[in-house]
Amino acid sequence: MIEIAGIIFITVGLLFDLLGCIGLVRMPDVYNRLQASTKCVTFGTCSIMFGTFLMVGFNATGMKALLCIIFVALTAPVSAHALSRAAHKSGIKLWDKSVVDQYREDCPAE
Amino acid sequence: MKRMIAWLAGTIGIGAVLYVIFYHPLPVLFFPELPHLSFFGRCFYILLLAASLCLIRVALGPTAADRIVAIDILGILIVGFCAIVNIPTGRGWYMDIAIAWALQSFIATLALAKYLEGKNLDD
Amino acid sequence: MKVKSRIVFFIVVFGLWLLLCMAFDWEHVLIGAVVACFVSLIAGDIFVTRPHVLKNPLRYLWFMYYVPLFIWECLKANLDVAYRVIHPMRPIKPGIVKVKTGLKSETGLTFLANSITLTPGTMSVDFDREKGILYIHWINVASMDIEKATERIVARFERVLAKIFE
Repeated sequence: MIEIAGIIFITVGLLFDLLGCIGLVRMPDVYNRLQASTKCVTFGTCSIMFGTFLMVGFNATGMKALLCIIFVALTAPVSAHALSRAAHKSGIKLWDKSVVDQYREDCPAE
Repeated sequence: MKRMIAWLAGTIGIGAVLYVIFYHPLPVLFFPELPHLSFFGRCFYILLLAASLCLIRVALGPTAADRIVAIDILGILIVGFCAIVNIPTGRGWYMDIAIAWALQSFIATLALAKYLEGKNLDD
Repeated sequence: MKVKSRIVFFIVVFGLWLLLCMAFDWEHVLIGAVVACFVSLIAGDIFVTRPHVLKNPLRYLWFMYYVPLFIWECLKANLDVAYRVIHPMRPIKPGIVKVKTGLKSETGLTFLANSITLTPGTMSVDFDREKGILYIHWINVASMDIEKATERIVARFERVLAKIFE
């Protein structure tokens, strides 16, 4: 029973990983690519880790999987934040059909 | 119109690859006497498909930021890959590799972001 | 010498070591204690700046309430992004908007930015510490007004996070 739950979690995680990478190819500019890929791939990898924990059981490997969930969920948004800020500071424009850019109005790039 | 054609081509391509993965796993096409893959073998092929999409973005990306984003995502995918590898092989140290890879990928992304921003590393 | 924050950091690092190796014979425990002592002597006062807030049990209860809320929002965000990725016409309308926040502590701001990044359609780009303004990339801009954007994006997390970290 618990094996089937693990397989379901791993399958959902793989599906979201694949969707995130398709979003990485399809979206028009850096910020939208970061949006799609960071969300989907982080959730997918955390789901794969939880499925691994369910299938391995409550031993050293399972505990490492749980710690890896916490670590990935804390660091992936931080790296996305750093990358988007660096891209904006280095002068990469938003997509031409974007509606508004209030960040450039407040802190214009030098 | 052009976008619809591209969407159709992409959907048919990814659908074809998923069909091959689910019903006729790749080695069986060339060596018909091999047994069919297990569930985890199919997981590896799906992760390879996702990683190759990342590599397409690395090759195409118009700016440096796109390439850095793709490399960051590739790092998180490899963590998931290491987590799946340790179930069928039963080798627990793959999870150590996963934790170490997550750490160094995070630090590498931060350093690349600093470089992109044009600052020194101790700033 | 901030003794209290060093002790808290020592407990955290030592517990992390025990969870990572999951072996409770005396060699592992001794080496873990020595290394955790060394690390907390060097870097203890950087990570834990306000040890007195850890005593209040109400904060842990609110944290237990925050985790399921966060997972539910994360799931909704993924379904939303999946819909936008698969749809052939790519229904996005991106832009960067400003929102206000009332949080002051560093941990609270970090958690707020992470929650915003992993929830539907938004990603934090930068923040201004003095004015309390977050700049947010929104994949489907509903309103450019600062008050309405604050109501739509920040309000649901800020109420809980203020009770945990402030």
